[in-house]
Amino acid sequence: MNTKAFAEGVRLGVGPGAAAFVLALSFGAEAEARGWGFGLPVLFSALAFSGSAQFTLLTALAGGSALAAITSSVLINARYLVMSVALNDSLEGGRLRRAVQALALADASFVAAHRDDGRYDAARLIGASVPQWIFWVSGTAIGALTSPSSELMHTLGLDVAFPAFFLILALDELRRSRRAFAAALFGAAIAALLLLVTSPGYALLGATAGALIGVLPEKEDTA
Amino acid sequence: MRIWLSVLAVTVLSWLLKASAPLIVAHHKLPASVIRMTALTAPVLLAGLIVTELGGQEIDWTQLAGVGVAGSLGVLKVPMLVAVAGGIVATALIRLSVG
Repeated sequence: MNTKAFAEGVRLGVGPGAAAFVLALSFGAEAEARGWGFGLPVLFSALAFSGSAQFTLLTALAGGSALAAITSSVLINARYLVMSVALNDSLEGGRLRRAVQALALADASFVAAHRDDGRYDAARLIGASVPQWIFWVSGTAIGALTSPSSELMHTLGLDVAFPAFFLILALDELRRSRRAFAAALFGAAIAALLLLVTSPGYALLGATAGALIGVLPEKEDTA
Repeated sequence: MRIWLSVLAVTVLSWLLKASAPLIVAHHKLPASVIRMTALTAPVLLAGLIVTELGGQEIDWTQLAGVGVAGSLGVLKVPMLVAVAGGIVATALIRLSVG
């Protein structure tokens, strides 16, 4: 593996990892409050490494059948299908090797792996996932042990961490091309409209349709 | 037991989603239009995440203001962690002052 790209990924993953830590505190605390204990939420974070699916399962299991809860959690992660296709062409090696590399996929890592030429860098993807994974698992453990109240996290302004990181990452992406800007606006509009009629997970999945702008042939003046 | 099995199911299915393309699609060149779409997936995903994070529940103007502060610092090329910390501090101060 390219160690320089890996180190660059680690550096890019620390910021989003810190934001994931805050979210993981809430997940651990909420799971503990719902009787999941300590071991299970930590194990879930370590293996699944997916905030959106974990929160969905936690919430949906409390109010409905297990099958419906599992289905919702998986559908919310359907965006990984899109990311997996986007990433696959940039991965090297046999089928299994590429599949294992793709397991490092997480929203912020996918963005960190995005190179200026439009392709994705596997070493950077994995590097960015390392600090995020450490923060995500340790945050879950500390949340389950200490159960910080959501009022306290709100007072401290910690709910700003995640959207703020996404906004700053987006600024970098939008500087790349007019086309990225148009696609992002399109995706944001789809998400906003879907939010009126459905839950955030499905709105997020719908937003990825904004990338369909890529079907249009590229003009010379996109840079 | 029900919770453990559900956690196991979601974990395995999430792995399969992430690894889906390498497992199913052979490693060959995709059409140019698909490559262009994959390049746009990252900015589109971020835009969707921002909208769903901010508008997923009842809109909180103090949160919007804090994210705005962080974004403005980002435009000014302030380092990422500092910009986010600035947004968090601004939000806490706004909430403190409006009670």
